[in-house]
Amino acid sequence: MSPATVPALTTPRKPKGLRATEAVLDNGLNVIAVRKPGVPLVEMRLRLPFLSAKPMHPAQATLLSEAMLTGAAGLDRVGLAAAVQALGGDVSVNVDADRLIVGGNVLATNLRKLLDVVASVLVDPTYDKDDVATEKDRLLEKLTIARARPGVVASEALALRMWGEHPYALDLARPDDVAAVTPGQVRAMHRSLVRPSGAVLVLVGDVAPGRMIEQAQKALAGWTGKAPKARVPDLPPPPGGPLQIVDRRGAVQSTLRMGGPALTRTDERYPALQLANLIFGGYFTSRWTENLREDKGYTYGPHSRVDHHVLGSTLGLNVELATEVTAPALLETLYELGRISALPVTETEVASVQQYAIGTLALSTATQSGLASTLSGLSAFGLGLDWITDHPARLLATTVEDVSAAAAEFFAPTAFTSVVVGDADVIADPLAALVAVER
Amino acid sequence: MRLPAPSFDITHHTLDNGLRVIVAPDRSAPVVGIAVLYDVGFRSEPEGRTGFAHLFEHLMFQGSATLEKLEHFRYVESSGGTFNGSTHFDYTNYYEALPSNALERGLFLEADRMRGPRITEENLANQLDVVKNEIRVNVMNAPYGGFPWIYLPAILFDSFANSHNGYGGFEDLESATTDDAKDFFRRYYAPSNAILAVTGDVDADGALALVDKHFADIKKRKGPKRPSFAEPPLTAERRETHADPHAPIPAVAIGYRVPDPVNSLDQLLAMLLLAEALSDGDASRLQRRLVQRDHLVTDVSVYLGEFGDPFDERDPTALTISAHYPDASSLDTILRAIDEELARVADDGLDRGELDRVRTRLVSVLVRDLDAVISRTLEFAKFELLHGRAELIAELPERLSAITEDDVRAAARTLRPDRRAVLELIAGGAA
Repeated sequence: MSPATVPALTTPRKPKGLRATEAVLDNGLNVIAVRKPGVPLVEMRLRLPFLSAKPMHPAQATLLSEAMLTGAAGLDRVGLAAAVQALGGDVSVNVDADRLIVGGNVLATNLRKLLDVVASVLVDPTYDKDDVATEKDRLLEKLTIARARPGVVASEALALRMWGEHPYALDLARPDDVAAVTPGQVRAMHRSLVRPSGAVLVLVGDVAPGRMIEQAQKALAGWTGKAPKARVPDLPPPPGGPLQIVDRRGAVQSTLRMGGPALTRTDERYPALQLANLIFGGYFTSRWTENLREDKGYTYGPHSRVDHHVLGSTLGLNVELATEVTAPALLETLYELGRISALPVTETEVASVQQYAIGTLALSTATQSGLASTLSGLSAFGLGLDWITDHPARLLATTVEDVSAAAAEFFAPTAFTSVVVGDADVIADPLAALVAVER
Repeated sequence: MRLPAPSFDITHHTLDNGLRVIVAPDRSAPVVGIAVLYDVGFRSEPEGRTGFAHLFEHLMFQGSATLEKLEHFRYVESSGGTFNGSTHFDYTNYYEALPSNALERGLFLEADRMRGPRITEENLANQLDVVKNEIRVNVMNAPYGGFPWIYLPAILFDSFANSHNGYGGFEDLESATTDDAKDFFRRYYAPSNAILAVTGDVDADGALALVDKHFADIKKRKGPKRPSFAEPPLTAERRETHADPHAPIPAVAIGYRVPDPVNSLDQLLAMLLLAEALSDGDASRLQRRLVQRDHLVTDVSVYLGEFGDPFDERDPTALTISAHYPDASSLDTILRAIDEELARVADDGLDRGELDRVRTRLVSVLVRDLDAVISRTLEFAKFELLHGRAELIAELPERLSAITEDDVRAAARTLRPDRRAVLELIAGGAA
């Protein structure tokens, strides 16, 4: 592909080494601190395990996350927000099936004061009944808005189909469950689950790591206790089966979601799967993108990705297709899946994704917020900065044969469980001509 | 408290063909950002060709002087980099984030398409399909798709340039030809109509030498003369509705024309601080009034610039107040409450400490946005293009510090009901 005029790459320059300092505080909280200059801020990610098999857990956890910052230690929600804002800071809470994150950032000189505010929320939250009621109404409205999006409808349908009775089957809280949550239940959940032992606090920014840890120790000393260990069943294997069609009458596009199992980052074959995924649909140069978008114009952009959940990793294929070409686009998708699972990938493809994976890992961890989020995500699997530093070597050691073998196992068309949200009257028959469908 | 004042080492250079170059070294990580901004956006597209600036942006990725289709993507990504482009009201950007050993390759790629994209019938037809799918996914098949950025300008502004749909209608897009594309390139993509910014792991002299090597021989040609698109404030309220078939609950967008962001920057900054005081976080005035006290809206946001970036447009630009609300009959109550809150700022001023905390957070956000090398590159290039000085970014904390409570009150006084355009979104997807 190379005309003689395209300049060659020069010798890469080594990144400056980063050092993570870890400490377990007296209260059992694990703190990971990294000094990273750049801008005069500190990024904070406090990650609390939040996995549960209790049926009302998702609704309660979601409302808890929405209401957590509505008051603490005598300050009302306006007082809390004003205090954080005055520090040049921000704090937000979000939750999924695996974890709750209290995240934020602040001017570096104000880290201690921000941690004091966060400590007050962790130790002495208010959950005033009027504030919880306000947040409950808003949450119901936000859930209604979310469920009007075809991508959310498709993700929910796919999760249900992949995981059945397992807690992972529920992507978003159910409105009836949310409506039934009481302030007392939210307070009880906070008392039980918002505990330091087993949680991980990541701090990345322009402050010496020892100082950040010392500030965390002082600010969070009054936060104590240990959350009960969740008993959650193992993840079942996704069932595969017919393509499920969810009707969205008059939709101008079909939203296709395909899911399958993947390898965890600690599996020695993971780099091979990561590279196979990039070659299939994980970057712009991928086969799926070049075929569906740049050759056929069927879509704005297909994407495939590996997601890491506490109970297991998954492979996901996402694409929005013009309604009238839904079946031909599925045909091309099945062709590309068949091709990558039945035939070896090429040397050129592997070399390209190796460089892409290494380069984008460096870019995504080159900012304070990117590094903090990455370290927080890795911490749930017992991985740290070493994993980031060592990963390029693992990627470079992966061979064409390794990548081809991973592709054969995980990208076989039969490995996927699939749903499509679209105008069933238009797309069902053409799709049924290609694959088994179910409405 | 003392606000952080970022400092940058920026070198300026203009090539003989008129290309303006800025280089800002930062050796802390082995990554570079490269951005080329062309001084053309939605506002310059001709009538009957809505969406053309954006469609053309796609064509700039379809092969260039010496490269076949697909090669641009492949060279960037196989070098370990990422790329993108985006079309705005006043400009279009193209950019790469790369490991620093790919600096020269990245400059070559940008120079190669500044020489000319491969405009063929096949590429045009393909990217027309891609763009239509982009519009389907972001607008036609999405609740609140394009709301309000596509629909509010249509009632807030009068001229075609300012009020038309920047994504474009399908009919206009479909009627675009390769000749249109060639004309558009000739007219707007001259080196003298562009800014090149390079930041990150480079030394200024070395980077400028490489820039010279790859860009200097691109032929000089006359750039377009940019007309003024300015429109004076409204004198009577305008109201329209927009039907959204997918939205489950109504929404509203209220737009005001605001001062020239380039020539009246201090007034714009006062307006920006007002916007933050109105809607940034739980302590802000409209969150307290509309969400927490009156339970009228699900959420509310106040922002400058059609895409929420206060520094993204020349004159004219807008302040927008946008909210989702569950009860379709409450719009007038919501508008009255907003007017009361604006009048409170205008008449009574701000609370003790309010201006300082809002300003501190705003500066923190501005600084945080400069952490990623590619964001920094795009910001430098944008300030250089629209404001004539990349250095202005570093001066914003100081400029913001000089804004007084009286300035914010004066800004609030201009947001009168007779100066606003109100776009009510009718929820067609209500259960």
